[in-house]
Amino acid sequence: MNASIFQPLHKYASLMHFHRLSKAASPWVAWCSAALFVPGLIGGLWLAPADYQQGDSFRIIYVHVPSAWMSLFIYMTMAGAGAVALIWKIKLSEIVMRASASLGASFTFLALVTGSIWGKPMWGAWWVWDARLTSELILLFLYLGFMALQNAIEDRRVAARAGAVLVLIGAVNIPIIHYSVEWWNTLHQGPTVSKLGAPSIDIAMLIPLLLMVGAFMTYYAAILLIRVRAEILSYDRNTAWVRELVMAGPNGR
Amino acid sequence: MRNDSTTILITVVARDLLRTARSQTEAIYPLVFFALCVLMFPFAIGPDAGFLERIAPGILWVSALLAAALSLENLFRGDYLEGTLELMVVSDAPLVLIGLGKSFAHWLLSGLPVVMMSVPLGLALAIDLDTLLTLVSSLLLGTLTMSLVGAAISALTVGLRGGGMLLALLILPLYIPILIFGAAAAGNAARGLPADAELYFLAGLMILAVTLAPWATAAAIRIRMS
Repeated sequence: MNASIFQPLHKYASLMHFHRLSKAASPWVAWCSAALFVPGLIGGLWLAPADYQQGDSFRIIYVHVPSAWMSLFIYMTMAGAGAVALIWKIKLSEIVMRASASLGASFTFLALVTGSIWGKPMWGAWWVWDARLTSELILLFLYLGFMALQNAIEDRRVAARAGAVLVLIGAVNIPIIHYSVEWWNTLHQGPTVSKLGAPSIDIAMLIPLLLMVGAFMTYYAAILLIRVRAEILSYDRNTAWVRELVMAGPNGR
Repeated sequence: MRNDSTTILITVVARDLLRTARSQTEAIYPLVFFALCVLMFPFAIGPDAGFLERIAPGILWVSALLAAALSLENLFRGDYLEGTLELMVVSDAPLVLIGLGKSFAHWLLSGLPVVMMSVPLGLALAIDLDTLLTLVSSLLLGTLTMSLVGAAISALTVGLRGGGMLLALLILPLYIPILIFGAAAAGNAARGLPADAELYFLAGLMILAVTLAPWATAAAIRIRMS
């Protein structure tokens, strides 16, 4: 019962605890995501009526819109986690921030690619220098910059805190970039879901879209949990609890 | 010695100015780079004066942006290598003021010369005098903002492998709003339209940067020196 034994225990408790918690939660979140994906895709690709103008090609919004939302949502999550990491120096939030970056970059890339595929038949060009497209592209570069900085700094705690400063500077800049770019040029259609009052999207089209948004959110959560667990093990690789976990083998505990 | 804010600011700025003055050649790097960068465009696009005049504000703005991004690499490198940066962290002078001073020194050494150089270069690109005045005011506001924001990123990346390229990668996306408003101001003036709104936006961004960026710079220095 002496304090020197419990000091390190207390220090690593939160990571160890989260590891166990996330291992228990992981399958549930993953099944949740699958359960949302199936009705979302069926509803979006078969049940929803074709658009009166765009025909069936509008159906790409069931991938495009959720990924575009996720791209911004993940950046804001990173900014929140970064602020927590800077202020309270909580390791877990550093890990969440670092593990989110490549996921956010992938969603941003997906939003750009699906938008481009949709844009070719609709606007007649793979790419136009439109405000929302360009903002999304800049967001991709913000993600890539974050990832480059993480790779350049050896010590991962220093890297995480430097990344937190960068991601906060980026978060202050995102609205400025968004509005300046909008002012510069816009062609993209206005928002149809989030505008005030009744959304100008039919309810039969909206429900699958919301299901897909839920599916993407839970997919992000599921992958994030796995990545965070891997990072936790690597952070704490020299501690007793990780050694015990490894010794116990895949079916232990 | 008095240790109030003004003294600290003046000391930091004067130190950087003196240091650059002693290594004479280094002082003109941003200036020469800026001029060379502008010089590349007529070669790439052709010497047609009408066309050059139309894109001249864009040329000058992009070149000023690149000059700022490249010169930022050296802002903290000397201090980092010789250990001054560490002393700045442990000194009782507020790091925010040191960050502000360093940003201002960077602007004096690379932003201001570039702005002055833009006058003869603008004339060479056939810009008329009224447009030139707007261009110079937009560059004055814009380069100051770029130095302030850039100092934070420069402190984050000081001494890292791939330093210069990494710095440019991180800083250029953040400069896009400044570029949009700056080039739009000069472009409007060239078409005979009022450019007040763009200049006010630039001034607003500059004030935002003065208020927030030094804190980010201080945090960045502290993190990299921990």
